[in-house]
Amino acid sequence: MARRAPPPPSTEVTALHLTPDTILLFQLGPLVVNMTMAMTWLVMVLLLIAARLGTRALRHDLRPSKLQMGLELLVETVTSQIATISPKRPERLVPFVGTLFLYIFTANILAIVPGYVPPTGSLSTTAALALCVLIAVPYFGIREQGLGAYLRQYAEPNVVMLPFNIIGELSRTLSLAIRLFGNVMSGTLIAAVLIAIVPFFLPALMQALGLLTGVIQAYIFAILATVYIASAVTAHEEVAASRAARSPSQNRERSD
Amino acid sequence: MPTSEPIAVASIIIAGLTMAIGSIAPALAQGRAAAQALTAMAQQPDEANNITRTLFISLAMIESTAIYCFVVSMILIFVNPYAG
Repeated sequence: MARRAPPPPSTEVTALHLTPDTILLFQLGPLVVNMTMAMTWLVMVLLLIAARLGTRALRHDLRPSKLQMGLELLVETVTSQIATISPKRPERLVPFVGTLFLYIFTANILAIVPGYVPPTGSLSTTAALALCVLIAVPYFGIREQGLGAYLRQYAEPNVVMLPFNIIGELSRTLSLAIRLFGNVMSGTLIAAVLIAIVPFFLPALMQALGLLTGVIQAYIFAILATVYIASAVTAHEEVAASRAARSPSQNRERSD
Repeated sequence: MPTSEPIAVASIIIAGLTMAIGSIAPALAQGRAAAQALTAMAQQPDEANNITRTLFISLAMIESTAIYCFVVSMILIFVNPYAG
């Protein structure tokens, strides 16, 4: 059967769109700016302004500004959450994981603003974020354990598991991307469908549920990224520890 | 378009079936996870925070199976490569 060319992307916002990639806004030279890019820039600008305002006048005395207090609380919370998964030096993961969380959180929570389309409802955005995690795992792993030790853990129980470990690495990246995309996309799509069917009360309720889902998904994405990185960073130490515990000469109890 | 009509019909039916069949296992699994977490919280109320956090993570991971089905059915309906 002959495949037809895909339909030209429409410019109207009111139609049912699967992803905001197909909503074209304007052309900037050779670069066509679509809704995803514009909304990503908006989120970036908002985060930058908030960070700049919060850190403009840092104070060490007893009267820091409210925004500084909020930011400090945020960093503390992120650090403590990471510490529950990777207790050894959690602050090395805070910049990466905190950025992921803040970006996805802001992108999802802004959905209450009319006219805003979450950029996380596009597979391009979520795939880019998942690729960042895919790259960050060997980066942190090699930095902590060295190249040889990191590569050795792919053949960890024995060498037969090598292809499965590699497939697992790729498939969890795919599942990270599709999980976030599917959740946000289903939220916006259900809201759009419900506005067409019952435009009175139910859409607001589903919008609230979408906000909850968005916050939870931001948390999940950050936590899963932490788990993946922590497993790459600490696997070698745990293997060494379990070998030391199993060896008959040292008959001491394991610390964990 | 008469040529793609059977494909459209099949796509819609399969999209519905994908959601229906694909939701069974995640629904059972989520119910089981929630029930176990509630039991654990009733037995150890001190650990409620820890259990709730783990429960949310596992619920979202179980749910992702259903979300994959949803994505596939949305692809079938909206961007089906064979329907044109």
